[in-house]
Amino acid sequence: MPYALIAALLMALVTYLPRVLPIAVFRKEIKSTYIKSFLRYVPYAVLGALTFPDIFSSTNNYGTAICGTVVALILAYMEKSLFIVALGAILTVYVTGLFL
Amino acid sequence: MNKSQTKINDFVYGFKKGTPILLGYIPVAFTFGLMAVGGGLHPLMAVFISLTNLTSAGQFAGTNLIIQGAGYLEIALTTFVINIRYMLMSLSLSQKIDPKITLWQCLVFGFGITDETFSVASMEKGRLSYFYMLGLIAGPIFGWSFGTALGAFTSSALPESLSNAMGIALFAMFIAIIVPPAKKSRPVLMIVLISVAINLALKYIPLFSFISSGFAIIISTVLGAGIGAAIWPIKEENPVLKEE
Repeated sequence: MPYALIAALLMALVTYLPRVLPIAVFRKEIKSTYIKSFLRYVPYAVLGALTFPDIFSSTNNYGTAICGTVVALILAYMEKSLFIVALGAILTVYVTGLFL
Repeated sequence: MNKSQTKINDFVYGFKKGTPILLGYIPVAFTFGLMAVGGGLHPLMAVFISLTNLTSAGQFAGTNLIIQGAGYLEIALTTFVINIRYMLMSLSLSQKIDPKITLWQCLVFGFGITDETFSVASMEKGRLSYFYMLGLIAGPIFGWSFGTALGAFTSSALPESLSNAMGIALFAMFIAIIVPPAKKSRPVLMIVLISVAINLALKYIPLFSFISSGFAIIISTVLGAGIGAAIWPIKEENPVLKEE
């Protein structure tokens, strides 16, 4: 098998296992309020850390990235859909990239 | 209402909830297709990775390593570390799914747990049925692969200014997920800020430079959610199954 295919399958495996192991193995109800709260807060914590600061280096230009981030924050604050927020950020980066 | 009708309704309701994710994935997956083919992978390989991995950050990082010709262990380890967060999401969903869901059904819908499908599922009121989960993940799986194919097969025709601009798509999507709940819940806002502050500290304080970015994400997440759960425990649950 070629290198890229083996690597892609390995990646698929180490992506699939963390997704299914807990849900397949652990079916008891958690009683602890602390653990329950912790689990509820995980997605917000992880997405925050994934986004900042990497978003600022996502476009090869700090200026356009900052503009795109601000527009994404405003659109998200207005509770627009994923698609609108992503599209708004891309367009902002593209248009400001013509000037910056 | 008979049983098969409930299944269809659950699937359709889930699919509707997944449609904004489907649309949001297309520009992000498009970026992935551009990146993979730009780095020398075959367009079909890019689509294959999206179909089998169905993940954003881990797959971007792993594919970058493939492009650089890294060893299998490094590729697997880096991808795994970025994806450890799915264990927390999977554990969280294990508390929310319908107790009647079988092990095999878990192995099927578990494939489709992503940051976005998880966020939508965890914000549902009541228990999650198997057919709801299938409906929820169907659109995003299609959008992720389709977007990748679009990017992979058109990459040579796209000007660089546009492909640079698309680099922000992934992060804009994350912002779209976290801002609305952060607006309504002060604890959520604080937890996002704590997590980001820790991530910044790990990244820019030289003392911590030995920590890779994947591990920095994990440490920030565990500390952010851990501190948050200690200060703002959630007392109320929504055990009532909501019929739509």
